[in-house]
Amino acid sequence: MSRITHYFKSLLLIELFRGMALTIRYMFKPKYTVRYPMEHIPKSNRFRGLHALRRYANGEERCIACKLCEAVCPALAITIDSAPRESDGQRRTTRYDIDLFKCIFCGFCEESCPVDSIVETSIHEYHFEHRGENVVNKLQLLAIGDRFEKQIAADRTQDAAYR
Amino acid sequence: MIDQLINHLVWPIVYILCITIPLILAVAMFVYWERKVIGWMHVRMGPNKIGPFGLLQAFADVVKLLIKEVILPTTANRFLYYLAPLLTLVPALAAWAVVPFSSKMVLSNANAGVLYLLAMTSMGVYGIILAGWASNSRYALLGAMRSAAQVISYELAMGLCLVCVLVLAGSLNLTDIVNAQAGHKGILDWFWLPLLPVFVIYFISGVAETNRAPFDVAEGESEIVAGFHVEYSGSAFAIFFLAEYANMILVSFLAAVLFMGGWLSPFPSSWGFIGQGGFPWLLIKAFLFSFLFLWFRASFPRYRYDQIMRLGWKVFIPIAIVWVLVAGCLKYFGWVTIGTGV
Repeated sequence: MSRITHYFKSLLLIELFRGMALTIRYMFKPKYTVRYPMEHIPKSNRFRGLHALRRYANGEERCIACKLCEAVCPALAITIDSAPRESDGQRRTTRYDIDLFKCIFCGFCEESCPVDSIVETSIHEYHFEHRGENVVNKLQLLAIGDRFEKQIAADRTQDAAYR
Repeated sequence: MIDQLINHLVWPIVYILCITIPLILAVAMFVYWERKVIGWMHVRMGPNKIGPFGLLQAFADVVKLLIKEVILPTTANRFLYYLAPLLTLVPALAAWAVVPFSSKMVLSNANAGVLYLLAMTSMGVYGIILAGWASNSRYALLGAMRSAAQVISYELAMGLCLVCVLVLAGSLNLTDIVNAQAGHKGILDWFWLPLLPVFVIYFISGVAETNRAPFDVAEGESEIVAGFHVEYSGSAFAIFFLAEYANMILVSFLAAVLFMGGWLSPFPSSWGFIGQGGFPWLLIKAFLFSFLFLWFRASFPRYRYDQIMRLGWKVFIPIAIVWVLVAGCLKYFGWVTIGTGV
């Protein structure tokens, strides 16, 4: 008996019609597509993107060349040289390079920083056009920090309660 | 002399252009529509970047294909390799000669129109076989063999479906076939009702014959790359593409002409303006049928090769043969009304 019903079911194309009913329903559903350059999906304030070095409000750079970030970096992406600053003899970095090709964006440098100097901003849209541009130096990192300080500070304040 | 020249050469060429140029444009828009519909059914958007709503996407693709190099494989048979795309395209376009667009609009009101159509749709398989053989590639050859076997098997079922229509209409002329479906009840007078199983078989066979999903083992992207046209590039590939889509549109138009009353209105003739027949009705019907092609493609997974053969030989052909008999009875005992008025 079940064979006969199965026979008629397949002959009347019932399963096929059911499948087509499903696809036509999906045709009118709202689409999942995000039209990327015009639309963005929401991003967490904990997003770990491009790095930046921050300054204090008076313009003094935060980094004290403790080299904790260099030590903790699992990908050995950070290279730091330090020397006393000529003007006042304070310990500062003379070189702070991050190789973005080596970096795995784990965020350990930010976690380890005692003065909240090195941070990972929420910037994820950037590109290199020439060989060697993947290594960003101290000046570039400071510039990124200056430019996005507002956003960086807002993200940190939002997350402060959970730290 | 000049009059004869104009009557027998110039006007036919003008008419032919009047059919082929809109057809080629329709193919371009159909490709766009296909990508759009399948995108929607996949819950994504489909092409939407080039032109408003992505409408110019198809034309951009055409330009891209035309400026690409046509690569000739070193071991390929040069003559046949270039002949094959033309052999596929020519029947696909030539078949349109007998399609009646309305009661007056038909390029050639041939008495053996249905036979001509069958001949033309079967001719396309030569192009496919030659393309597969001439490119001297095992994937292409496999695809061509599969495609040829499939087209030939489904040609039989399709032919039997057409026989049912012929039995009811009593004519091989496509215009007469449409006129035989005319009546006062509109959609209920058409042949799809007395020939419902055959109508379904016809359309599924049409899908199989154009090598479309779910019968696209001849292309079989996941197993034999692209089948018979795997070695073709640039404009030669574009011609295969054009032929495939022209064939799909042709099958849609034929389904409308043979079973769905061609240019006739689906509403009773007493309903005034919308009860009148005309080319727009045919266009709407053909559009709905061509939408079915896309709908199938978005819904069904590909059939296995032996399943396709089983479906064609063991299911469709027996049913079609039985229905030839049923159609004969319907006609002989006068259980259906053929061509009452209009």
